[in-house]
Amino acid sequence: MASFNFTVDGKRVSVNAEPEMPLLYALRNDLGMNNPHFGCGLAQCGACTVHLDGEPVRSCVMPVSAAAGKKVTTIKGLGTPQKPHPLQAAYIEEQVPQCGYCINGWIMTAAAYLKKNPKASDAELRDALAGLKCRCGTHVSILRAIKRAQAMISGRRQA
Amino acid sequence: MNAPTSRRDFLKTSGALVVSFSLPTQVLAQGAGGKPALVPTELDSWIAVLPDGRVNAFFGKMDMGQGLDIAAAQVVAEELDVGFDKVEVVMGDTATSCNQGGASGSTGVSNGVRLLRRAAAEARRVLVEGAAQKLGVPASQLKVENGIVFSSEKKISYADLVGGRYFHHQVEWNKQTGNPMDIKVQAQPKSPSEYKVVGKPLARRDIAWKVYGIGDFVTDVRVPGMLHARVIRPPRAACKLRSVDASSIKSLRGVRIVREKEFVAVVAPREWDAVRAAQRLKIDWHALDGAFPAMDQLHQHIRGAKVVKREEAVKKGDVAAALKTPGARLVEAEYEWPFQSHASMGPGCALADVKAGGCTVWTGSQKPHFVRDGVAKLLGMPQDKVRAIWVAGPGSYGRNDAGDAALDAAFLSRAAGKPVRVQGMRADGTAWDPKGPACVHRARAALDASGKVIAYEFVSKGFSRQHIATNESDPADSLVGQSIGIAAKGTQIFGVPAESYAFENKLLAWETIPPLVDNCSPLRTAHLRDPVGPEIHFGSEQFIDELAAAAAEDPVAFRLKYLANPRHAAVVKAAAEKAGWSSLGKGKGIAFAERNGTAVAAVAEVEGDCRSGRIWARRITVAHDCGLVINPQGLRYTIEGNVVQGLSRALFEQVRFDRDSVTSVDWASYPILEMPDAPESIEVVLIDRPEIAPSGAGEPTIRVIPAAVANAFFDATGVRLRSAPLDSDRVRKALAKA
Repeated sequence: MASFNFTVDGKRVSVNAEPEMPLLYALRNDLGMNNPHFGCGLAQCGACTVHLDGEPVRSCVMPVSAAAGKKVTTIKGLGTPQKPHPLQAAYIEEQVPQCGYCINGWIMTAAAYLKKNPKASDAELRDALAGLKCRCGTHVSILRAIKRAQAMISGRRQA
Repeated sequence: MNAPTSRRDFLKTSGALVVSFSLPTQVLAQGAGGKPALVPTELDSWIAVLPDGRVNAFFGKMDMGQGLDIAAAQVVAEELDVGFDKVEVVMGDTATSCNQGGASGSTGVSNGVRLLRRAAAEARRVLVEGAAQKLGVPASQLKVENGIVFSSEKKISYADLVGGRYFHHQVEWNKQTGNPMDIKVQAQPKSPSEYKVVGKPLARRDIAWKVYGIGDFVTDVRVPGMLHARVIRPPRAACKLRSVDASSIKSLRGVRIVREKEFVAVVAPREWDAVRAAQRLKIDWHALDGAFPAMDQLHQHIRGAKVVKREEAVKKGDVAAALKTPGARLVEAEYEWPFQSHASMGPGCALADVKAGGCTVWTGSQKPHFVRDGVAKLLGMPQDKVRAIWVAGPGSYGRNDAGDAALDAAFLSRAAGKPVRVQGMRADGTAWDPKGPACVHRARAALDASGKVIAYEFVSKGFSRQHIATNESDPADSLVGQSIGIAAKGTQIFGVPAESYAFENKLLAWETIPPLVDNCSPLRTAHLRDPVGPEIHFGSEQFIDELAAAAAEDPVAFRLKYLANPRHAAVVKAAAEKAGWSSLGKGKGIAFAERNGTAVAAVAEVEGDCRSGRIWARRITVAHDCGLVINPQGLRYTIEGNVVQGLSRALFEQVRFDRDSVTSVDWASYPILEMPDAPESIEVVLIDRPEIAPSGAGEPTIRVIPAAVANAFFDATGVRLRSAPLDSDRVRKALAKA
């Protein structure tokens, strides 16, 4: 057991754990967060995705030790009802999620991707989002929402 | 119930309302007798008016993310004449709702909301009669808007009439539980022509908390002192547990092993310790070799297996004789479908707190009332001492692993003497969930010289779709129950194509075969979204195309020629029209089916890559008729989800296994559709029939997708794909052979 310090959604936290324990368990159990979710524990689905210094990572396989000294952002820290991220706003307008358990993967991955490629084409988005799973089959509305978010982002830049 | 004397006193002091019916006088009484029992005969079991005028509707079904609660709220708001925003639908808690069967068979609206509609109409009637008494105005002169009953001069609100109190009003119950539960009331619900809220595309209420990560899934429920558990399923089918080596996990502090017969689990204060203990615990299993046939022999096994039950569901004319008609052209084909997994987004999870006085279990199961019954039986507790609370789970499209998790949690909480949270690992949700059944469909037909179908036979043979029941009300249908020696009973049931093709001589039948392993089988079957619908119609709707080809007719025209039900013909026409159906050879395919009153047709437009073998369904057009449309937006999204999940099952999904165990254990070994393969567009035509009571929408569309894709592939290539899934390997081989 060792102590690891990092920030989660802007707050400084300290977790005492085995270095190899996945970050997911630190977030959910040591820090009592309700997101991200356990989907596979194998980095195959994305339900546990968070940003580590702005890059999307699968927290179910990322050792907690790798977060030490870094900034972890969860979907809760990405935006709030008062100040939503464009993707969150677009997801609500497009009524995207059904069961909603997969949502961290899609929003956190797309948020990081759009930051670098705000004007990504449909084909680029499809490639960028490969590897994420949605069992309810909301893929088409996910793409609709991302395109809506892209429009919001480009509108914001022009404004 | 209090005696009439107290009621009289009460009336004197409170001035509460006396409402008169043709039957004995009823009272909208403040706490007369307190809260009535939670039974379907009490109006209070369905509807409550809160002190501030908001309305609760208590629902024994749950929304799995398709907006069923919104449809229910719309209907209740409509019938009660209160604002939609004032209605909250309280779902799936056995302490507040009657057993309406949970999420099941796309009956959420048809069966579930039907009762709320009647209850709300009755509540309105009782409230208006109460207002009439109170205001001294005949009920016929009263109107209701936004929960205010008013005449030209006087008014009173629902809140003032009954807010925070009880109706104590009886409704008639048909004495059934589950999906068939029904009630009768004196009130006449509104006519569709009066609808103001029903039919509107109102937004869901569960989107924001999901998008902002600020709500609870069942996986997020925690109680003080809770332990974490992992159940260790056997490495192979048909295993017996010989011994457990506790010393193998002695380095993990606070971990406890729970073992009974073939059931073994680890329980720990920290989740990560439970996970590691489950991975490290050394167990000596006595395994039976060769429980399963070789995977590539599965369908041969089905063909050769003894028939346990046969049912000829549709029998018209004399098919056997008609097939022998001299000069008739015989068309025959066989279609194969694999085992498929729920592979829900997250493995099943539940939290149970067993105390001396009872048990509370938080579950993502679609059927919390049946969880209550199963837990009560498993623990030997009276049913009324168990409360099951549904909390949104990590996806659910049938009897997945959530039911097993619920009973596991209850069993382990009793053993540990503390609240226990169980969540499976990925393999528990993919390898060990109940499966959709593998099957083979044999189709034969005869055409006369003019191309007319004179005989038609479609016989499915496969594993029953209910090796275990569709709910977990009996521990015999759970893994923990079977592990401790309660044998599965199983039900023999399959299905036949649902259509109205008017062939003179017609036989639709099914045959079931024994399960491969009787108990604790990772290939046990239970219902998976639209049980046997995609399986059967993958065959039957391809065969219709094969007959059209034999008759040298267009697949749309051929269907329209034989479909006897005008609603069936209408969806075929609508889908074809919207998709711009044209002559053959454009990579378009159509499929049609009915499901319990809902008619649906889909046109798929596919692109195939000969080298890679990839089929991409670029565009899917659906025409859908489920009678009255309550919420067109929710309905569209529900259909879209069906389309994509249907494509996934048609193109990618099959449970892999070897002679001893299921080898589909994760997303790599059980691939599903991902974003690069999502369609470019899904067009939906909703045929709204306000005059027809709504039927289901949660499942019908998925059953037409596989055949629509296979028919489109044939249209593009001239090659028939009669074995699902239509994955790249199979497509390459089929094209190479052609």
